[in-house]
Amino acid sequence: MTSPTLSVKRISFQKYGIIIAFLALCALVSAICQIKVMQGVWPVNVFLTVNNLMLILHQISVNGILAVGMTFVVISAGIDLSVGSVLAFSGMMAASFATRSTGVTPWSGVYFVAFPLLAALFTGALCGLVNGLIVSRFRIQPFIATLGMLLAARGLTMAVTGGNPISALSPEFRWFGTGRIFDTLPVPVVFLAIVFALAWVLLNKTVFGRYVYAVGGNEKSARTSGVNTTSVLTWTYIFAGFLSGVAGIILTAKTGSAQTSAGTSYELDAIAAVVIGGASLAGGVGRLTGTFFGALIIGVMNNGLDILGVESFYQSIIKGALIVLAVIIDSRRQA
Amino acid sequence: MDTPRLSMRSIQKRFGGVKALTDGNLTLRSGEVHALCGGNGAGKSTILSILMGFYKPDSGVIEIDGEAKSFNSAHEALEAGIAIVQQELSGVPQLTVAENIYLGSEPRRRGFIDFDTLNRNAEELLNRLGFDIDPRATLGDLAVATQQLVEIAKALSHSNANILIFDEPTSALGEKDTQRLFEVIRELAANGKAIAYVTHRLQEVFTIANAYTVFKDGETVIEGKVEGLTREMLIESMIGGSLGTEFVKDNVPAPATLFEVKNLTRAPYFRDVSFQLHGNEILGIYGLVGSGRSELLDTLYGLEIADSGDVQIEGRPLTPGDVDGAIRSGIAYVTEDRARSGLVLKASVGANLALSNLRFINSFGMVQERKERECVDLAIRQMHIRTPGPEEIVSNLSGGNQQKVVLGRCMAVGPKVLLLDEPTRGVDVGAKKDIYRLISEFTVGGGAALMISSDLEEIIGMCDRILVLRSGEIVEEFKHEATTQKDLMMAAI
Repeated sequence: MTSPTLSVKRISFQKYGIIIAFLALCALVSAICQIKVMQGVWPVNVFLTVNNLMLILHQISVNGILAVGMTFVVISAGIDLSVGSVLAFSGMMAASFATRSTGVTPWSGVYFVAFPLLAALFTGALCGLVNGLIVSRFRIQPFIATLGMLLAARGLTMAVTGGNPISALSPEFRWFGTGRIFDTLPVPVVFLAIVFALAWVLLNKTVFGRYVYAVGGNEKSARTSGVNTTSVLTWTYIFAGFLSGVAGIILTAKTGSAQTSAGTSYELDAIAAVVIGGASLAGGVGRLTGTFFGALIIGVMNNGLDILGVESFYQSIIKGALIVLAVIIDSRRQA
Repeated sequence: MDTPRLSMRSIQKRFGGVKALTDGNLTLRSGEVHALCGGNGAGKSTILSILMGFYKPDSGVIEIDGEAKSFNSAHEALEAGIAIVQQELSGVPQLTVAENIYLGSEPRRRGFIDFDTLNRNAEELLNRLGFDIDPRATLGDLAVATQQLVEIAKALSHSNANILIFDEPTSALGEKDTQRLFEVIRELAANGKAIAYVTHRLQEVFTIANAYTVFKDGETVIEGKVEGLTREMLIESMIGGSLGTEFVKDNVPAPATLFEVKNLTRAPYFRDVSFQLHGNEILGIYGLVGSGRSELLDTLYGLEIADSGDVQIEGRPLTPGDVDGAIRSGIAYVTEDRARSGLVLKASVGANLALSNLRFINSFGMVQERKERECVDLAIRQMHIRTPGPEEIVSNLSGGNQQKVVLGRCMAVGPKVLLLDEPTRGVDVGAKKDIYRLISEFTVGGGAALMISSDLEEIIGMCDRILVLRSGEIVEEFKHEATTQKDLMMAAI
């Protein structure tokens, strides 16, 4: 058995390793920028400004929200490939209620805010319910079940408008993507914070959260312990779908139109954030703080590489290498 | 006397704190079918696993044809001429019979598998063995008995295999196939192979074997010729002298019925099972693997649904298939295999201990963390769980302490009836005693326990009454005072 001191050290490294990695990455990007300043190429260090840091948070808000739902699914030993498509479908449903071109204006404000929000959240949750029932009742592998939803939801998105985007959205609705609270905090960043806070409580403080870990760790043992595994799995996918709806609202409001191709391959960034954050695709292991920093690391990397003028195809290579590296380090540390 | 084909002497093996084998001896001669007998955990599978190269012995000697050997892998054992016919079907159902037989040693031509030679070789082998099996048939399409014959052919496909191990080969076979298999085994022995034959069916020892070795508690207790051996002598040596395990048993059964099972049937596992469990009572269920004992407990707990029959606790019927309802009515279940169905191994000790109890200690879905901590601390103290703390991951604990975590999780909900399936399997002596003490305390405090055990000494030492389950039916009931290990085993076999 390990001695107490040793195990404390090990745990704290696991807990803070991701934060250390994040700070190291920030320091690296910042140092490169500083060199450019000293060389006289740039007047100021553009990376280390409040505006830029806020921009990074703004940029990761959609992926961050998707990654929260993905964290629950991955801890339950599953995966949700459909989040990007469900985001697009929810966004399209929201936009169909938020556009002035329909000409219907019964109670303008309510109509342009409440209906789009409800439509998106309901659509997302419904897609999640279908995923969840297929996984928990029909015992289909999550990869397959959600791959089906990835295709179906994308098709539905196009079917809603016959393949056309919806634009001319109401300013009330657009506030969710472009508004600022107290003229400083972007609304998507506030939503990101609220989603993380509520999800953290759900995962760490409720019976449901404990059950998600138990079901992902060993479904059979969870069942013998009296956990209704079918219901836990179903709700996990409903939650992920619901958050795809939230992300759909924000992305649609941000871009000002609902595109049929919105959110394409977003599931990959969400999975990347969760995996960099230390969750195991085998289930039973993962933390929301890890996911948050995982999303931040991806955000800082995208932002830093943009600032430094690195071409996007190199960005993709670097990101790919980083994900694999993160998992290698994590599995070495656990061995 | 000639040199034996195989001689294993004074083999010792420990797993963590558990001594699996303290003095294992086995001698196999050419032309001999040698039966290995003994209860679960007696050491048969451990010594065979060592012979197969799966484990390295801590000490002891292995000689083949008088030459000392030590195997670092299953491959090395195979090279030395040792082949096994697995108990569980281990073939690849999607591949053909021929592909299965030569899996890993396929004949090749220019880098590709030479299917013509493959099928021809398989056909020759099967003909030689007298098995009427098409080498081109897909394994998964064949009957289980036929698949078992393919396993045998596979073991014999290694031309130099001189030592053959049959691990309960008839468990999946019917009468006719069993007879056919025996013919094959006799023929192999006549051709000079040395054969080790593991079985739980004592009758088979007399039908097929000419020599035998009995294992008990990790030791070889007796070896000899089957000629002149009687069934009674064999059973007595399997039971042997008591090791003197200390049981803790202070409960006195009350007359009132706490838990009742009426005519419960779930085909094909058990039929028409009825019994009553009284307050403060420990009721044992003895039966061999496959007698339907674990399936019975699964059904009582609601993990499976019975075809017909009733289960009542304190006079109220339980809803079939409702685990949550069973827990709320006061039933807890310690399953047979803690790693598979008892624990979340990668979660912490605390998370496991509180898991069943979370349904009671929450307000509107929020875990009451103070109560959770109290419940976990209490369980660690009561169960004497040796852990650095509640945050420790369960898989880092020893087997005995893991088992105490399962018990702790079950006891945390305050059950009235405790279902126990092999509660001391793979547990060291110290932890065993702790578990006996817990069961005793629980029943003294008004609870009742229903306990499955393959350990004769344990079931007689702990239980007030013992039901014997054979092929899914209760065939006999014994009272604690008037039971001998011999009676139990006679009834069960």
